[in-house]
Amino acid sequence: MRFFTTLFTAFRALRRNKMRSLLTALGIIIGVAAVIAMVGIGNGAKKQVEDQVASMGDNVIMVFSGSSSRGGMHGGSGSAGTLTIDDANAIAREVPTVEAVTPEVEGSTRISYGNQNWSTRLNGVSADYFKVRSWTFSQGTPFEERDVSAVAKVALIGRTVSTQLFGSDEEALGKTVRIKHVPFTIIGVLGPKGASFFGRDQDDTIVIPYTSAMKRLLGIKTIPRITLSVERGKSLAPVQQQITELLLQRHNIANERDADFSVRTQEEMARMATATSSIMTTLLGFVASISLIVGGIGIMNIMLVSVTERTREIGIRLAIGARGSDILLQFLIEAITLSLLGGMIGVALAFGVAELVREFTEMPVLITAGPVMYSFGFSAAVGILFGFYPARKAASVDPIEALRYE
Amino acid sequence: MWPQINRVASIFFIHSLARAGIPPYLGALMSSIIHLDQLEKVYRSAEEPVYAVRSVTLDIQQGEFVAIMGTSGSGKSTLMNILGCLDRPTGGSYQLDGVEVSSLSRNQLSDLRNRKIGFIFQNFNLLSRTTALENVELPMLYRRSAMSRREQRDKAMKMLDLVGIGKRAYHTPNQLSGGQQQRVAIARALINDPVLLLADESTGNLDTRTSIEILGIFQRLNDAGITIVMVTHENDVAQYARRIIVMRDGRIRSDTPVTQRLNAEEELKNLPAVDAA
Ligand SMILES: Nc1ncnc2c1ncn2[C@@H]1O[C@H](COP(=O)(O)OP(=O)(O)OP(=O)(O)O)[C@@H](O)[C@H]1O
Ligand SMILES: [Mg+2]
Repeated sequence: MRFFTTLFTAFRALRRNKMRSLLTALGIIIGVAAVIAMVGIGNGAKKQVEDQVASMGDNVIMVFSGSSSRGGMHGGSGSAGTLTIDDANAIAREVPTVEAVTPEVEGSTRISYGNQNWSTRLNGVSADYFKVRSWTFSQGTPFEERDVSAVAKVALIGRTVSTQLFGSDEEALGKTVRIKHVPFTIIGVLGPKGASFFGRDQDDTIVIPYTSAMKRLLGIKTIPRITLSVERGKSLAPVQQQITELLLQRHNIANERDADFSVRTQEEMARMATATSSIMTTLLGFVASISLIVGGIGIMNIMLVSVTERTREIGIRLAIGARGSDILLQFLIEAITLSLLGGMIGVALAFGVAELVREFTEMPVLITAGPVMYSFGFSAAVGILFGFYPARKAASVDPIEALRYE
Repeated sequence: MWPQINRVASIFFIHSLARAGIPPYLGALMSSIIHLDQLEKVYRSAEEPVYAVRSVTLDIQQGEFVAIMGTSGSGKSTLMNILGCLDRPTGGSYQLDGVEVSSLSRNQLSDLRNRKIGFIFQNFNLLSRTTALENVELPMLYRRSAMSRREQRDKAMKMLDLVGIGKRAYHTPNQLSGGQQQRVAIARALINDPVLLLADESTGNLDTRTSIEILGIFQRLNDAGITIVMVTHENDVAQYARRIIVMRDGRIRSDTPVTQRLNAEEELKNLPAVDAA
């Protein structure tokens, strides 16, 4: 009974000062919304990576030239590496359960069609590439092994390139573009894939036979990367091990620690990528939590002002028989109500922000129960924590002093 | 209105006797409601200690109506605050209705104020932006009793009717005149059936007619058995009480019964008609 009366009294005091209550809660509102939105964006990114791994298939292994300790994960694009075409062939030949193998050479390049130009990523690969990476085709067909042997001037382009240079995939088919003055005929357009988990637009690419890329455009003899797929249902670890042993032998390296290449499964790479985004998520959540604390201090500040302002009211209540604990409860409930109310509005705001982010950016936002509950609980805790000091101050007011207060 | 006050007030009276465990017919022979023995209050906050109340020994019986007078700074308010359990004495003993007050905790003092004392202030001290009715209900909300909200509301409404302001139950203090506000304050003071009504210059802010009306309410309540102690600066006002205590420098200088007691009802009739308008 008394608790509900006190609750009611506190609500009424807040309702009386609607604007002030709202402004006081604003810190919490923003804090809660920030926590939820930030963690939501982080989790969205993580989810996207996981989805991509799932869609790419969990059967892909990449071999990078350069040791892992020297940061060879990405491979120098277009740079001379330690891997050769023979290495790729050897893997295809000698490692069992390997399904498809492709060397990959990369470089950024400018392609032109008529008087139009577009800078994009050049990918030199074998015919197996499309199988390894599970590409689909919007138009045309992939090149074949024979095109690779013939150092053919054929190319497939991604959706982004076709849109930029031709307006549509249909228009692109059969056209001839120039890469460093060398004409290439477009025999196909790749199906769209979207951004990779490193944030790169996978559709902004032109794919040609690796032979053409190495001899005609890049003038290199080594390759930075070999990508391969393993038969479905076969475990990757032994394959990884076999590749490592094979390459060590071929490169005449005795100790695995001295390896001039690194072998990674798709999953390992995804884990690296998500590890980064997990750290980011935690960090963002932490920074946003600080704004919750700042919001709490805002509540404390206003509550302190309010206690002083209402000294006389406190005096009257004490004089007619309120206990210190009644006054404490009254002000504490006010503070908690403010922060919980702020929490609720903040949650709503977070969902709104998530919608906006989805609407206007490519970023996926994933709001889960965890951060909502966390920030809500946090705001309640903030209310109790920062409401307690002003409430105790109110409760310890001397009734006579308070009644005399003007 | 008056007979009604008599009836309701005598019910309070009987209640308070029952609480004290004393049969109503012994009411007239009752022991002290207030018993002060060598009471002292020293303020030591200033450089020089201020002896606001010194060695006051005093008994006030059930059913008395006492006026406390004295020059400004003589310690009247200090004494009233102690009587009202708003403040604690620094020395001596104070027994309220048989309970030694000076040793009670803050919470126990709160409960005493809530149940046994009705305090009426010079500046009314009503909660602003809160209706008259809610102001009167307030002491019941802080009382740990099983009364339902409905019963509380009904009782508060009756009490407002009793002090003649039932029609203004839903007005807030800033919509009420001083006299009306003081009536609300009296209703609030009475709502928990106190054994003691304390009024510190409660007519000080009111005009003559309104003052006499308020004093009339006091007299009727007192006739019904409620003990009243009021502080006043005006000799006229004091003449409505039954006993006058004069203080000086924190001591009681004189303590005399009122010989020619004024009756509020009659005084109101004698007031010039212009005033009444
Ligand atoms: N909190 C305090 N600290 C120090 N001295 C105080 C305090 N309160 C009252 N006094 C002193 O105690 C003395 C008695 O004050 P009190 O208010 O009781 O006088 P009073 O008789 O009510 O006067 P008035 O008729 O003007 O209301 C005064 O000298 C006053 O200055
Ligand atoms: Mg005074």
